Amino acid sequence: MNLLPLFIAIPLGTAFVIVLLGKMREIYSDILASIAALILAILPFILILSLDKGEVLVYSMGKWLPPQGINLVLDGLSRLMLIIINVVGFLAIVYSVSYMKKFTAKSKYYGLFMLMLTGMNGVVLTGDFFNLFVFAEIAAISSYALVAFGVEAEELEASFKYMVMGSIATILILFSIGLLYGLTGSLNMADVGRTIQGNGSTLLSFSMVLFLTGFGIKAAMIPFHAWLPDAHPSAPAPVSAMLSGVLIKALGVYALMRIFFNVFGFNLQLSWVFMILGLLSIFGGGLLALRQDDLKRLLAYSSISQMGFIILGLGCGNYWGILGALFHLLNHSSFKSLLFLNSGAVEYSVGTRKLDKMGGLSKVMPVTGATSTIASLSISGIPPFNGFWSKLFIIIGLVQANHFVLAVLAILASVLTLAYYLRMQRNTFFGKLKKELEKIKEAPLSMCFSMIVLAVVCVGLGIFFYPVMKVVLEPAVEVLQEGIKYSSLILGG
Amino acid sequence: MKDNKGMTLIVKTVIKFLAPIVILFGVYIILHGHLTPGGGFPGGVVVASAFILLTLAYGTEVAEKKMKRSLAALLESTGALFFLILAVLGIFLGGWFFSNFLPKGEPLKLLSAGFIPLANIAIGLKVGGGIFAVFLALVIFRVAGEGGEEQK
Repeated sequence: MNLLPLFIAIPLGTAFVIVLLGKMREIYSDILASIAALILAILPFILILSLDKGEVLVYSMGKWLPPQGINLVLDGLSRLMLIIINVVGFLAIVYSVSYMKKFTAKSKYYGLFMLMLTGMNGVVLTGDFFNLFVFAEIAAISSYALVAFGVEAEELEASFKYMVMGSIATILILFSIGLLYGLTGSLNMADVGRTIQGNGSTLLSFSMVLFLTGFGIKAAMIPFHAWLPDAHPSAPAPVSAMLSGVLIKALGVYALMRIFFNVFGFNLQLSWVFMILGLLSIFGGGLLALRQDDLKRLLAYSSISQMGFIILGLGCGNYWGILGALFHLLNHSSFKSLLFLNSGAVEYSVGTRKLDKMGGLSKVMPVTGATSTIASLSISGIPPFNGFWSKLFIIIGLVQANHFVLAVLAILASVLTLAYYLRMQRNTFFGKLKKELEKIKEAPLSMCFSMIVLAVVCVGLGIFFYPVMKVVLEPAVEVLQEGIKYSSLILGG
Repeated sequence: MKDNKGMTLIVKTVIKFLAPIVILFGVYIILHGHLTPGGGFPGGVVVASAFILLTLAYGTEVAEKKMKRSLAALLESTGALFFLILAVLGIFLGGWFFSNFLPKGEPLKLLSAGFIPLANIAIGLKVGGGIFAVFLALVIFRVAGEGGEEQK
């Protein structure tokens, strides 16, 4: 029962302890950060084992009961997000042990990283609007600093752009929360949800639009995507993996799902808005990714495109659509993190990210090459890898909802994904090895470890998709399908 | 202070008398957070502003002697940790995260309101140290930028 606040307390405490011990030898901060991240990665699985499938856990901070007090809520959806955040976080930390050696001030890096984990864990656990805003800011502000961690001109510019866009999103979200507070007199999500049922008003619709824009910017949906292709490539590779793999989902998609499905209630108009935004993102991101010369930039555009699939599946609104969307969310966090870690390994060894300066790297970097091929096949939706199943479920959902045109477009977009990943693979890992690249060595052990684990996760999720679906995904789908019953689950009655 | 750094003698003299009073006022706001308007955050800002006044009047070197940047960072982290430890102690002593585990005391007395005064002190440390560290970081950045221009 008391496990829930630990998701916030452990990373927060570790962050400040690491910064305090910053003057000590680097190895101590490595060990401390890895241990904390390992504990965090194990905790969600303990929760899965100790709770029944559909059980909802409500934790009142300081014994102040909702709707007055702040509460933490653990249901199927939060559980899925906690697994994603903390497992990818742990692997990124292990990867950083070697990768961040070339940067100074490693302890500050770990401190910021842990703060980012705190923020994301808080966002997915909290049941309170203002608390959600505060945790989203903790995660976002530490990510601004992490993007600029290299302090080169390009990185500072990207971080500044990210910060401006992020702050606009924040203002919109805060304004919307203020409107809701004015309308309902409550900040508790469940309480707000119960109060606004059945009373439509213009202000309520306005607050929905503000939420959609604010969290749309955080989720980098087209037309709100402009910051992502700069920010994600500029960050150090493990941070890019966290940003693309986890942050845009926890801050963007998760918040959208929670607010629109559980607080406002999903309806036909919203469904179309989601599907159109999703479709725009899929094609916009995909077409822009085709022409990129920079490895990490290509991956960043691909993130926009894959987020489109998730939003499209959510917009579809039926069982298969939501299942596909959540499965794709889980899958995308595994293969996109892996691809960013791969790009980091390539940059670490080769020293460039330009596609035309590489080629044939599989021969000298077998682990990176093999894991990257697995990730590319997964993200392109080749059976039996995990991406195939999630895209299949989304398309089944679209067909069931009679959106045949959208289903065909989704299949076409999937081919587009395959196209740009084939191009990336051909230019980096296959083909002829260049003369000057023959002396290149494989990345260090800790980096290989993270990449191999993520590759195993990609294959494992593809082969054992059925048990994963039953244990982790279906409770999450239930939460979204129950919709506005959320408030009676939390508050009782 | 005979050196020519900082502002004029008038400003320096005024600040010399004012700074301790400002710090005292900040500490008062922090300690009486549960009784009067204010609390850890505003009090911390007031304390930090005293050091910012010192920096503006006497220049960075003198202010750094009173409060080093590393000390400000240390205070900030300690404050945050102290706050978190209070919250976690709530689990062990009160049964819930952030729950009060101290006697509530008599209303309107200084020693009352459970662990709220302790939490205010933690926040005061965090905010005071944090704001002064941010200010110093900005000042140093400006100086570094000017130095860069001189080299051209």
